[in-house]
Amino acid sequence: MLARGTGAAQTGTGANLASQLASVPKTRLRLINATVSRGGAVLLGALPFAAVAAVYLASSAQRLAVNANDKLLPSPAQMWAAFLDLATVPDKRSGDLILWADTYASLVRLFAGVGLATLVALLLGIAIGFIPRVRAFLLPFVTVVCVIPPLALLPILFIALGLGETAKITLIAIGVAPVMVRDIANRVMELPPELVAKAQTFGGNSWTMVLRLVLPQTMPRLITCVRLALGPAWLFLIAAEAIASTEGLGYRIFLVRRYLSMDVILPYVVWITLLAVATDWLLARLSRLVSPWAHPGSGK
Amino acid sequence: MSRIVVHALEKSYGDARVLERVNVTAEPGEFLSLVGASGCGKSTFLRILLGQEQQSGGVVIIGDRPIVPEPTPQRGIVFQRYSVFPHLTALQNLLLVEDFRSGGPFGRVFGARRRTARQEAETMLERVGLAHARDLYPASLSGGMQQRLAIAQTLLGRPQVLLLDEPFGALDPGIRVEMHELLTELWIEHGMTVVMVTHDIGEAFKLGTRVLVFDKVRHDPQFPSAYGATITYDLKLDRKSRASARDVAEVAAMVGTTRLDSAIATTAS
Repeated sequence: MLARGTGAAQTGTGANLASQLASVPKTRLRLINATVSRGGAVLLGALPFAAVAAVYLASSAQRLAVNANDKLLPSPAQMWAAFLDLATVPDKRSGDLILWADTYASLVRLFAGVGLATLVALLLGIAIGFIPRVRAFLLPFVTVVCVIPPLALLPILFIALGLGETAKITLIAIGVAPVMVRDIANRVMELPPELVAKAQTFGGNSWTMVLRLVLPQTMPRLITCVRLALGPAWLFLIAAEAIASTEGLGYRIFLVRRYLSMDVILPYVVWITLLAVATDWLLARLSRLVSPWAHPGSGK
Repeated sequence: MSRIVVHALEKSYGDARVLERVNVTAEPGEFLSLVGASGCGKSTFLRILLGQEQQSGGVVIIGDRPIVPEPTPQRGIVFQRYSVFPHLTALQNLLLVEDFRSGGPFGRVFGARRRTARQEAETMLERVGLAHARDLYPASLSGGMQQRLAIAQTLLGRPQVLLLDEPFGALDPGIRVEMHELLTELWIEHGMTVVMVTHDIGEAFKLGTRVLVFDKVRHDPQFPSAYGATITYDLKLDRKSRASARDVAEVAAMVGTTRLDSAIATTAS
Protein backbone atom coordinates (compact mmCIF):
# COMPACT_ATOMS: atom_id res chain seq x y z
CA MET A 1 0.00 0.00 0.00
CA LEU A 2 2.77 2.39 0.88
CA ALA A 3 4.75 1.60 -2.25
CA ARG A 4 1.84 2.46 -4.51
CA GLY A 5 1.22 5.88 -2.97
CA THR A 6 0.81 9.09 -5.02
CA GLY A 7 2.55 12.30 -4.15
CA ALA A 8 -0.02 13.17 -1.57
CA ALA A 9 0.03 9.71 -0.11
CA GLN A 10 3.84 9.87 0.06
CA THR A 11 3.82 13.03 2.13
CA GLY A 12 1.24 11.27 4.22
CA THR A 13 3.60 8.33 4.80
CA GLY A 14 6.43 10.77 5.44
CA ALA A 15 4.46 12.39 8.22
CA ASN A 16 3.44 8.98 9.39
CA LEU A 17 7.09 7.90 9.52
CA ALA A 18 8.07 11.02 11.40
CA SER A 19 5.38 10.44 13.97
CA GLN A 20 6.48 6.84 14.23
CA LEU A 21 10.08 7.93 14.72
CA ALA A 22 9.02 10.40 17.36
CA SER A 23 7.28 7.66 19.25
CA VAL A 24 10.10 5.12 19.17
CA PRO A 25 9.37 3.33 22.41
CA LYS A 26 11.95 3.92 25.10
CA THR A 27 12.60 0.32 25.90
CA ARG A 28 14.55 -0.63 28.95
CA LEU A 29 17.66 -2.44 27.70
CA ARG A 30 19.08 -5.45 29.44
CA LEU A 31 21.75 -4.60 32.01
CA ILE A 32 24.46 -6.14 29.85
CA ASN A 33 23.48 -4.00 26.84
CA ALA A 34 23.09 -0.63 28.54
CA THR A 35 26.38 1.14 27.81
CA VAL A 36 27.89 4.06 29.69
CA SER A 37 28.87 7.37 28.14
CA ARG A 38 32.42 8.67 28.60
CA GLY A 39 31.45 11.25 31.15
CA GLY A 40 29.22 8.78 32.92
CA ALA A 41 32.08 6.31 33.11
CA VAL A 42 34.37 8.90 34.70
CA LEU A 43 31.65 9.80 37.19
CA LEU A 44 30.91 6.19 38.06
CA GLY A 45 34.60 5.38 38.35
CA ALA A 46 35.15 8.32 40.72
CA LEU A 47 32.25 7.36 42.97
CA PRO A 48 33.97 4.65 45.07
CA PHE A 49 36.97 6.94 45.67
CA ALA A 50 34.67 9.75 46.71
CA ALA A 51 32.68 7.42 48.96
CA VAL A 52 35.79 6.19 50.79
CA ALA A 53 37.11 9.74 51.14
CA ALA A 54 33.76 10.98 52.46
CA VAL A 55 33.46 8.19 55.03
CA TYR A 56 37.04 8.83 56.20
CA LEU A 57 36.64 12.60 56.42
CA ALA A 58 33.40 12.29 58.37
CA SER A 59 34.79 9.73 60.83
CA SER A 60 38.03 11.66 61.26
CA ALA A 61 36.24 14.95 61.92
CA GLN A 62 33.96 13.24 64.41
CA ARG A 63 36.82 11.65 66.37
CA LEU A 64 38.95 14.83 66.32
CA ALA A 65 35.99 16.82 67.63
CA VAL A 66 35.82 14.54 70.64
CA ASN A 67 39.60 14.39 71.18
CA ALA A 68 41.90 16.78 69.31
CA ASN A 69 44.90 14.54 70.04
CA ASP A 70 43.34 11.41 68.53
CA LYS A 71 45.94 9.52 66.49
CA LEU A 72 43.82 6.89 64.77
CA LEU A 73 42.13 8.97 62.07
CA PRO A 74 44.26 12.08 61.46
CA SER A 75 42.86 14.93 59.38
CA PRO A 76 44.13 15.51 55.82
CA ALA A 77 46.02 18.58 57.05
CA GLN A 78 47.84 16.53 59.69
CA MET A 79 48.72 13.82 57.17
CA TRP A 80 49.94 16.38 54.63
CA ALA A 81 52.09 18.04 57.25
CA ALA A 82 53.63 14.72 58.28
CA PHE A 83 54.18 13.72 54.66
CA LEU A 84 55.76 17.08 53.80
CA ASP A 85 57.96 16.78 56.85
CA LEU A 86 59.26 13.40 55.69
CA ALA A 87 59.68 14.60 52.13
CA THR A 88 61.45 17.92 52.72
CA VAL A 89 63.01 18.07 56.21
CA PRO A 90 66.30 16.15 56.54
CA ASP A 91 66.37 13.55 59.27
CA LYS A 92 68.19 14.81 62.38
CA ARG A 93 70.30 11.72 62.76
CA SER A 94 71.18 10.66 59.20
CA GLY A 95 70.55 13.90 57.32
CA ASP A 96 68.47 12.06 54.70
CA LEU A 97 65.15 13.13 53.30
CA ILE A 98 63.35 10.10 54.69
CA LEU A 99 60.59 9.74 52.09
CA TRP A 100 62.98 9.82 49.16
CA ALA A 101 65.53 7.59 50.81
CA ASP A 102 62.78 5.06 51.61
CA THR A 103 61.33 5.26 48.10
CA TYR A 104 64.72 4.84 46.48
CA ALA A 105 65.68 1.88 48.65
CA SER A 106 62.34 0.14 48.06
CA LEU A 107 62.20 0.73 44.32
CA VAL A 108 65.76 -0.53 43.84
CA ARG A 109 64.82 -3.76 45.65
CA LEU A 110 61.52 -4.06 43.82
CA PHE A 111 62.92 -3.50 40.33
CA ALA A 112 65.99 -5.63 40.97
CA GLY A 113 63.80 -8.50 42.15
CA VAL A 114 61.19 -8.19 39.43
CA GLY A 115 63.87 -7.57 36.78
CA LEU A 116 65.71 -10.70 37.81
CA ALA A 117 62.47 -12.68 37.77
CA THR A 118 61.60 -11.30 34.31
CA LEU A 119 64.96 -12.32 32.92
CA VAL A 120 64.65 -15.80 34.37
CA ALA A 121 61.06 -16.09 33.13
CA LEU A 122 62.08 -15.09 29.63
CA LEU A 123 65.03 -17.47 29.42
CA LEU A 124 63.43 -20.46 31.14
CA GLY A 125 59.93 -19.84 29.81
CA ILE A 126 61.04 -19.77 26.18
CA ALA A 127 63.35 -22.74 26.66
CA ILE A 128 60.63 -24.79 28.37
CA GLY A 129 57.94 -23.75 25.91
CA PHE A 130 59.94 -24.17 22.73
CA ILE A 131 62.36 -27.06 23.30
CA PRO A 132 60.73 -30.41 24.20
CA ARG A 133 63.85 -31.73 25.95
CA VAL A 134 64.13 -28.71 28.24
CA ARG A 135 60.39 -28.99 28.92
CA ALA A 136 60.75 -32.62 30.01
CA PHE A 137 63.75 -31.63 32.14
CA LEU A 138 62.45 -28.51 33.91
CA LEU A 139 58.66 -28.25 33.74
CA PRO A 140 57.94 -30.70 36.64
CA PHE A 141 60.49 -28.89 38.81
CA VAL A 142 59.09 -25.44 38.06
CA THR A 143 55.55 -26.70 38.66
CA VAL A 144 56.53 -27.92 42.13
CA VAL A 145 58.52 -24.76 43.00
CA CYS A 146 55.42 -22.75 42.05
CA VAL A 147 53.42 -24.09 44.99
CA ILE A 148 56.02 -23.36 47.70
CA PRO A 149 54.78 -20.33 49.68
CA PRO A 150 57.62 -17.81 49.19
CA LEU A 151 57.16 -16.24 52.63
CA ALA A 152 57.93 -19.63 54.17
CA LEU A 153 61.33 -19.37 52.49
CA LEU A 154 62.04 -15.97 54.00
CA PRO A 155 63.73 -17.27 57.19
CA ILE A 156 65.85 -19.60 55.07
CA LEU A 157 66.90 -16.71 52.85
CA PHE A 158 67.77 -14.53 55.83
CA ILE A 159 69.82 -17.34 57.37
CA ALA A 160 71.54 -18.30 54.13
CA LEU A 161 72.06 -14.85 52.58
CA GLY A 162 72.20 -12.61 55.63
CA LEU A 163 69.93 -9.67 56.37
CA GLY A 164 71.22 -7.48 53.52
CA GLU A 165 69.79 -6.56 50.14
CA THR A 166 70.51 -9.96 48.57
CA ALA A 167 67.97 -11.77 50.72
CA LYS A 168 65.21 -9.23 50.02
CA ILE A 169 65.82 -9.14 46.27
CA THR A 170 66.01 -12.93 46.18
CA LEU A 171 62.71 -13.20 48.05
CA ILE A 172 60.97 -11.00 45.49
CA ALA A 173 62.56 -12.87 42.58
CA ILE A 174 61.74 -16.30 44.00
CA GLY A 175 58.26 -15.14 44.89
CA VAL A 176 57.23 -14.04 41.41
CA ALA A 177 59.53 -15.91 38.99
CA PRO A 178 58.00 -19.43 39.01
CA VAL A 179 54.53 -18.23 38.04
CA MET A 180 56.03 -16.02 35.34
CA VAL A 181 58.10 -18.90 33.98
CA ARG A 182 55.00 -21.08 33.70
CA ASP A 183 52.99 -18.33 32.10
CA ILE A 184 55.62 -17.56 29.47
CA ALA A 185 56.15 -21.28 28.79
CA ASN A 186 52.40 -21.66 28.26
CA ARG A 187 52.30 -18.70 25.91
CA VAL A 188 55.15 -20.15 23.86
CA MET A 189 53.45 -23.55 23.71
CA GLU A 190 50.29 -21.82 22.46
CA LEU A 191 52.11 -20.38 19.44
CA PRO A 192 50.25 -21.62 16.35
CA PRO A 193 52.17 -24.65 15.01
CA GLU A 194 51.44 -23.27 11.55
CA LEU A 195 53.74 -20.30 12.19
CA VAL A 196 56.52 -22.50 13.55
CA ALA A 197 56.23 -24.84 10.55
CA LYS A 198 56.24 -21.90 8.17
CA ALA A 199 59.33 -20.34 9.76
CA GLN A 200 61.11 -23.67 9.22
CA THR A 201 60.17 -23.73 5.55
CA PHE A 202 62.13 -20.46 5.23
CA GLY A 203 65.18 -22.09 6.78
CA GLY A 204 64.74 -20.81 10.31
CA ASN A 205 66.75 -22.74 12.91
CA SER A 206 65.85 -23.05 16.59
CA TRP A 207 67.83 -19.95 17.55
CA THR A 208 66.67 -17.64 14.76
CA MET A 209 63.08 -18.73 15.38
CA VAL A 210 63.47 -17.72 19.04
CA LEU A 211 64.75 -14.32 17.93
CA ARG A 212 62.32 -13.56 15.14
CA LEU A 213 59.19 -15.49 16.05
CA VAL A 214 59.01 -16.54 19.71
CA LEU A 215 60.49 -13.45 21.33
CA PRO A 216 58.37 -10.84 19.56
CA GLN A 217 55.21 -12.89 19.92
CA THR A 218 55.86 -13.43 23.64
CA MET A 219 56.69 -9.81 24.43
CA PRO A 220 53.12 -8.55 25.07
CA ARG A 221 52.45 -11.50 27.35
CA LEU A 222 55.74 -10.92 29.19
CA ILE A 223 54.81 -7.33 29.90
CA THR A 224 51.36 -8.38 31.12
CA CYS A 225 53.12 -10.94 33.29
CA VAL A 226 55.33 -8.26 34.85
CA ARG A 227 52.28 -6.06 35.50
CA LEU A 228 50.54 -8.91 37.29
CA ALA A 229 53.70 -9.88 39.18
CA LEU A 230 54.17 -6.39 40.61
CA GLY A 231 51.30 -6.95 43.06
CA PRO A 232 52.92 -9.96 44.78
CA ALA A 233 56.31 -8.27 44.42
CA TRP A 234 55.17 -5.35 46.58
CA LEU A 235 53.82 -7.81 49.11
CA PHE A 236 57.15 -9.63 49.38
CA LEU A 237 59.06 -6.35 49.46
CA ILE A 238 57.07 -4.96 52.37
CA ALA A 239 57.20 -8.27 54.22
CA ALA A 240 60.99 -8.45 53.87
CA GLU A 241 61.44 -4.81 54.86
CA ALA A 242 59.16 -5.18 57.85
CA ILE A 243 61.31 -7.97 59.25
CA ALA A 244 64.85 -6.82 58.62
CA SER A 245 65.75 -3.45 57.20
CA THR A 246 66.98 0.01 58.10
CA GLU A 247 65.17 1.94 55.38
CA GLY A 248 62.41 1.42 52.89
CA LEU A 249 58.71 2.16 52.57
CA GLY A 250 57.68 -1.08 54.30
CA TYR A 251 60.25 -0.57 57.03
CA ARG A 252 58.95 2.94 57.74
CA ILE A 253 55.33 1.80 58.00
CA PHE A 254 56.17 -0.94 60.43
CA LEU A 255 58.52 1.35 62.40
CA VAL A 256 56.02 4.13 63.00
CA ARG A 257 53.30 1.60 63.79
CA ARG A 258 54.86 1.47 67.27
CA TYR A 259 53.88 5.10 67.81
CA LEU A 260 50.43 4.72 66.23
CA SER A 261 51.55 7.30 63.65
CA MET A 262 48.61 6.95 61.32
CA ASP A 263 49.52 10.38 59.93
CA VAL A 264 52.61 8.74 58.40
CA ILE A 265 51.21 5.29 57.62
CA LEU A 266 48.24 6.46 55.59
CA PRO A 267 50.19 8.84 53.31
CA TYR A 268 52.79 6.11 52.84
CA VAL A 269 50.10 3.64 51.74
CA VAL A 270 48.75 6.21 49.29
CA TRP A 271 52.29 6.90 48.07
CA ILE A 272 52.93 3.17 47.50
CA THR A 273 49.63 2.93 45.64
CA LEU A 274 50.61 5.85 43.43
CA LEU A 275 53.99 4.27 42.67
CA ALA A 276 52.30 0.97 41.79
CA VAL A 277 49.71 2.64 39.54
CA ALA A 278 52.41 4.67 37.78
CA THR A 279 54.54 1.57 37.16
CA ASP A 280 51.55 -0.28 35.78
CA TRP A 281 50.67 2.60 33.47
CA LEU A 282 54.25 2.84 32.22
CA LEU A 283 54.32 -0.89 31.48
CA ALA A 284 51.05 -0.66 29.56
CA ARG A 285 52.56 2.17 27.49
CA LEU A 286 55.72 0.13 26.96
CA SER A 287 53.68 -2.77 25.61
CA ARG A 288 52.01 -0.51 23.04
CA LEU A 289 55.40 0.86 22.08
CA VAL A 290 57.17 -2.48 21.77
CA SER A 291 54.31 -4.54 20.25
CA PRO A 292 52.02 -2.19 18.34
CA TRP A 293 50.65 -5.18 16.41
CA ALA A 294 49.19 -6.67 19.60
CA HIS A 295 47.19 -3.52 20.34
CA PRO A 296 45.04 -2.86 17.28
CA GLY A 297 43.26 0.44 17.48
CA SER A 298 46.29 2.28 18.84
CA GLY A 299 48.31 3.59 15.94
CA LYS A 300 48.58 1.43 12.85
CA MET B 1 60.21 -28.66 -10.15
CA SER B 2 60.59 -31.84 -8.20
CA ARG B 3 59.05 -35.22 -8.52
CA ILE B 4 57.05 -36.49 -5.56
CA VAL B 5 56.81 -40.21 -4.92
CA VAL B 6 54.62 -41.50 -2.11
CA HIS B 7 54.79 -45.21 -1.50
CA ALA B 8 52.67 -47.33 0.88
CA LEU B 9 52.07 -44.38 3.19
CA GLU B 10 50.27 -45.07 6.46
CA LYS B 11 49.30 -42.85 9.36
CA SER B 12 47.69 -43.87 12.66
CA TYR B 13 46.98 -41.99 15.87
CA GLY B 14 47.01 -44.76 18.44
CA ASP B 15 44.31 -47.20 17.36
CA ALA B 16 42.74 -44.82 14.91
CA ARG B 17 44.02 -45.29 11.40
CA VAL B 18 43.77 -42.19 9.25
CA LEU B 19 45.62 -43.08 6.07
CA GLU B 20 46.55 -46.43 4.59
CA ARG B 21 48.15 -47.71 1.42
CA VAL B 22 48.55 -44.29 -0.15
CA ASN B 23 50.54 -44.51 -3.38
CA VAL B 24 50.97 -41.62 -5.74
CA THR B 25 53.61 -40.22 -8.06
CA ALA B 26 53.55 -36.59 -9.16
CA GLU B 27 55.68 -35.43 -12.06
CA PRO B 28 57.60 -32.13 -11.79
CA GLY B 29 55.31 -29.18 -12.45
CA GLU B 30 52.07 -31.04 -11.83
CA PHE B 31 49.25 -29.40 -9.87
CA LEU B 32 47.57 -31.95 -7.63
CA SER B 33 44.19 -31.17 -6.11
CA LEU B 34 43.27 -33.31 -3.12
CA VAL B 35 39.59 -33.56 -2.24
CA GLY B 36 37.63 -35.72 0.14
CA ALA B 37 35.08 -35.62 2.91
CA SER B 38 35.92 -33.72 6.10
CA GLY B 39 38.25 -35.67 8.37
CA CYS B 40 39.33 -38.07 5.65
CA GLY B 41 43.01 -37.37 6.24
CA LYS B 42 43.87 -35.21 3.26
CA SER B 43 45.23 -32.45 5.49
CA THR B 44 47.19 -35.05 7.44
CA PHE B 45 48.66 -36.20 4.13
CA LEU B 46 49.71 -32.64 3.37
CA ARG B 47 51.26 -32.19 6.81
CA ILE B 48 53.27 -35.37 6.27
CA LEU B 49 54.53 -33.99 2.95
CA LEU B 50 55.45 -30.81 4.82
CA GLY B 51 57.28 -32.72 7.54
CA GLN B 52 55.11 -31.26 10.31
CA GLU B 53 53.82 -34.77 11.06
CA GLN B 54 55.52 -38.12 10.61
CA GLN B 55 54.03 -41.10 8.82
CA SER B 56 53.56 -44.38 10.66
CA GLY B 57 54.72 -46.35 7.66
CA GLY B 58 55.77 -46.00 4.04
CA VAL B 59 58.03 -43.51 2.36
CA VAL B 60 57.80 -40.04 0.81
CA ILE B 61 60.42 -39.08 -1.75
CA ILE B 62 60.73 -35.54 -3.05
CA GLY B 63 63.39 -34.94 -5.69
CA ASP B 64 65.65 -37.97 -5.36
CA ARG B 65 65.68 -38.74 -1.65
CA PRO B 66 63.23 -39.37 1.21
CA ILE B 67 62.13 -36.20 2.97
CA VAL B 68 63.65 -35.27 6.33
CA PRO B 69 61.04 -35.49 9.09
CA GLU B 70 60.83 -31.74 9.70
CA PRO B 71 59.87 -28.75 7.54
CA THR B 72 62.65 -27.49 5.25
CA PRO B 73 62.97 -24.83 2.55
CA GLN B 74 62.44 -27.57 -0.05
CA ARG B 75 58.68 -27.44 0.61
CA GLY B 76 56.68 -24.23 1.00
CA ILE B 77 53.29 -24.06 2.65
CA VAL B 78 50.27 -21.76 2.65
CA PHE B 79 47.82 -22.43 5.48
CA GLN B 80 44.22 -21.28 5.73
CA ARG B 81 44.70 -19.80 9.21
CA TYR B 82 47.81 -18.27 10.77
CA SER B 83 49.15 -17.97 7.26
CA VAL B 84 51.36 -14.91 7.96
CA PHE B 85 53.28 -13.58 10.97
CA PRO B 86 51.00 -11.17 12.86
CA HIS B 87 53.83 -9.25 14.52
CA LEU B 88 55.34 -8.09 11.23
CA THR B 89 54.07 -5.68 8.59
CA ALA B 90 53.46 -6.94 5.06
CA LEU B 91 56.92 -5.87 3.92
CA GLN B 92 58.60 -7.24 7.05
CA ASN B 93 56.81 -10.55 6.51
CA LEU B 94 58.47 -10.83 3.10
CA LEU B 95 61.87 -9.67 4.38
CA LEU B 96 61.69 -12.33 7.07
CA VAL B 97 62.17 -15.00 4.40
CA GLU B 98 65.66 -13.74 3.53
CA ASP B 99 66.41 -13.13 7.22
CA PHE B 100 65.66 -16.75 8.06
CA ARG B 101 67.44 -18.06 4.97
CA SER B 102 70.67 -16.29 5.91
CA GLY B 103 70.81 -18.35 9.11
CA GLY B 104 73.04 -15.75 10.78
CA PRO B 105 73.23 -15.40 14.56
CA PHE B 106 70.89 -12.39 14.52
CA GLY B 107 68.25 -13.92 12.25
CA ARG B 108 68.54 -10.82 10.08
CA VAL B 109 70.49 -9.76 7.00
CA PHE B 110 72.30 -6.44 6.75
CA GLY B 111 73.79 -4.08 4.19
CA ALA B 112 73.72 -4.92 0.50
CA ARG B 113 71.95 -8.20 1.11
CA ARG B 114 69.16 -6.41 2.96
CA ARG B 115 68.79 -3.89 0.16
CA THR B 116 68.52 -6.70 -2.39
CA ALA B 117 66.01 -8.53 -0.24
CA ARG B 118 64.02 -5.33 0.19
CA GLN B 119 63.91 -4.75 -3.55
CA GLU B 120 62.83 -8.32 -4.15
CA ALA B 121 60.17 -8.02 -1.46
CA GLU B 122 58.79 -4.79 -2.89
CA THR B 123 58.66 -6.30 -6.37
CA MET B 124 56.79 -9.28 -4.97
CA LEU B 125 54.36 -7.04 -3.07
CA GLU B 126 53.61 -5.24 -6.31
CA ARG B 127 53.25 -8.53 -8.12
CA VAL B 128 50.47 -9.66 -5.76
CA GLY B 129 48.89 -6.21 -5.60
CA LEU B 130 49.80 -5.32 -2.03
CA ALA B 131 52.17 -2.41 -2.65
CA HIS B 132 49.74 -0.05 -0.93
CA ALA B 133 49.66 -2.25 2.18
CA ARG B 134 53.39 -2.66 2.71
CA ASP B 135 53.46 -1.07 6.16
CA LEU B 136 50.24 -2.55 7.50
CA TYR B 137 50.08 -5.34 10.05
CA PRO B 138 48.17 -8.47 8.97
CA ALA B 139 45.42 -7.70 11.50
CA SER B 140 44.39 -4.76 9.35
CA LEU B 141 44.47 -6.71 6.07
CA SER B 142 41.40 -8.49 4.69
CA GLY B 143 41.37 -12.28 4.44
CA GLY B 144 42.14 -12.17 0.72
CA MET B 145 45.03 -9.76 1.21
CA GLN B 146 46.45 -11.95 3.97
CA GLN B 147 46.37 -14.99 1.69
CA ARG B 148 48.00 -13.04 -1.13
CA LEU B 149 50.72 -12.02 1.30
CA ALA B 150 51.08 -15.62 2.46
CA ILE B 151 51.48 -16.87 -1.13
CA ALA B 152 53.99 -14.11 -1.92
CA GLN B 153 55.96 -14.96 1.21
CA THR B 154 56.01 -18.66 0.43
CA LEU B 155 57.11 -18.06 -3.16
CA LEU B 156 60.02 -15.88 -1.97
CA GLY B 157 61.25 -19.00 -0.20
CA ARG B 158 61.66 -20.54 -3.70
CA PRO B 159 60.32 -23.99 -2.71
CA GLN B 160 60.57 -26.93 -5.08
CA VAL B 161 57.14 -28.06 -3.95
CA LEU B 162 54.30 -25.74 -2.97
CA LEU B 163 51.79 -27.13 -0.48
CA LEU B 164 48.42 -25.41 -0.04
CA ASP B 165 46.11 -26.34 2.84
CA GLU B 166 42.67 -24.99 1.89
CA PRO B 167 44.27 -21.64 1.18
CA PHE B 168 41.09 -19.96 -0.05
CA GLY B 169 38.62 -21.75 2.22
CA ALA B 170 37.74 -18.65 4.23
CA LEU B 171 37.44 -16.21 1.33
CA ASP B 172 34.41 -14.70 -0.42
CA PRO B 173 33.58 -16.22 -3.82
CA GLY B 174 34.61 -13.11 -5.79
CA ILE B 175 37.96 -12.83 -4.03
CA ARG B 176 38.41 -16.55 -4.52
CA VAL B 177 38.23 -16.23 -8.31
CA GLU B 178 40.86 -13.46 -8.16
CA MET B 179 43.08 -15.69 -6.07
CA HIS B 180 42.65 -18.56 -8.55
CA GLU B 181 43.92 -16.33 -11.35
CA LEU B 182 46.85 -15.12 -9.27
CA LEU B 183 47.80 -18.62 -8.22
CA THR B 184 47.57 -19.99 -11.77
CA GLU B 185 49.78 -17.16 -13.09
CA LEU B 186 52.37 -17.68 -10.37
CA TRP B 187 52.34 -21.43 -10.89
CA ILE B 188 52.99 -20.97 -14.62
CA GLU B 189 55.75 -18.41 -13.89
CA HIS B 190 57.56 -20.52 -11.29
CA GLY B 191 56.71 -23.98 -12.59
CA MET B 192 56.86 -25.71 -9.24
CA THR B 193 54.99 -28.85 -8.26
CA VAL B 194 51.84 -27.94 -6.32
CA VAL B 195 49.77 -30.04 -3.93
CA MET B 196 46.55 -28.35 -2.84
CA VAL B 197 43.98 -29.59 -0.34
CA THR B 198 40.54 -28.11 -0.91
CA HIS B 199 36.90 -28.55 0.05
CA ASP B 200 35.78 -26.89 -3.14
CA ILE B 201 35.43 -29.45 -5.95
CA GLY B 202 35.10 -26.70 -8.54
CA GLU B 203 38.34 -25.16 -7.39
CA ALA B 204 40.04 -28.58 -7.52
CA PHE B 205 39.06 -29.05 -11.15
CA LYS B 206 39.70 -25.47 -12.16
CA LEU B 207 43.24 -25.22 -10.81
CA GLY B 208 44.56 -28.77 -10.80
CA THR B 209 46.11 -30.77 -13.57
CA ARG B 210 45.10 -33.80 -11.60
CA VAL B 211 42.37 -34.47 -9.04
CA LEU B 212 42.87 -37.04 -6.29
CA VAL B 213 39.99 -38.18 -4.10
CA PHE B 214 40.67 -39.46 -0.57
CA ASP B 215 38.13 -41.88 0.83
CA LYS B 216 37.82 -45.03 2.88
CA VAL B 217 37.43 -48.26 0.92
CA ARG B 218 37.09 -50.55 3.91
CA HIS B 219 34.57 -50.04 6.68
CA ASP B 220 34.20 -51.75 10.04
CA PRO B 221 30.79 -50.86 11.50
CA GLN B 222 31.90 -51.91 14.99
CA PHE B 223 35.09 -49.83 14.92
CA PRO B 224 34.83 -47.00 12.40
CA SER B 225 38.43 -45.87 12.87
CA ALA B 226 39.87 -49.33 12.14
CA TYR B 227 40.59 -48.47 8.51
CA GLY B 228 42.03 -45.34 7.00
CA ALA B 229 41.43 -43.43 3.81
CA THR B 230 43.37 -43.94 0.63
CA ILE B 231 43.34 -42.46 -2.85
CA THR B 232 40.21 -43.84 -4.49
CA TYR B 233 40.15 -41.77 -7.63
CA ASP B 234 42.94 -40.25 -9.66
CA LEU B 235 41.93 -38.16 -12.64
CA LYS B 236 44.43 -36.46 -14.92
CA LEU B 237 43.01 -33.32 -16.49
CA ASP B 238 44.06 -31.83 -19.76
CA ARG B 239 44.57 -28.17 -19.01
CA LYS B 240 43.57 -27.12 -22.49
CA SER B 241 40.13 -28.65 -22.40
CA ARG B 242 37.81 -27.94 -19.52
CA ALA B 243 36.93 -30.69 -17.12
CA SER B 244 33.69 -32.29 -18.14
CA ALA B 245 30.68 -31.68 -15.98
CA ARG B 246 30.31 -35.44 -15.71
CA ASP B 247 33.73 -35.80 -14.04
CA VAL B 248 32.90 -33.00 -11.65
CA ALA B 249 29.59 -34.63 -10.79
CA GLU B 250 31.26 -37.98 -10.27
CA VAL B 251 33.85 -36.60 -7.86
CA ALA B 252 31.23 -34.49 -6.12
CA ALA B 253 29.19 -37.61 -5.50
CA MET B 254 32.23 -39.37 -3.99
CA VAL B 255 33.02 -36.51 -1.66
CA GLY B 256 29.37 -36.12 -0.81
CA THR B 257 29.08 -32.44 -1.63
CA THR B 258 25.63 -30.94 -1.83
CA ARG B 259 26.53 -27.99 -3.97
CA LEU B 260 27.16 -29.59 -7.32
CA ASP B 261 25.87 -26.60 -9.30
CA SER B 262 28.27 -24.19 -7.69
CA ALA B 263 31.11 -26.67 -8.22
CA ILE B 264 30.41 -26.82 -11.94
CA ALA B 265 30.06 -23.05 -12.05
CA THR B 266 33.44 -22.54 -10.35
CA THR B 267 35.08 -24.93 -12.77
CA ALA B 268 33.77 -22.91 -15.66
CA SER B 269 34.71 -19.52 -14.18
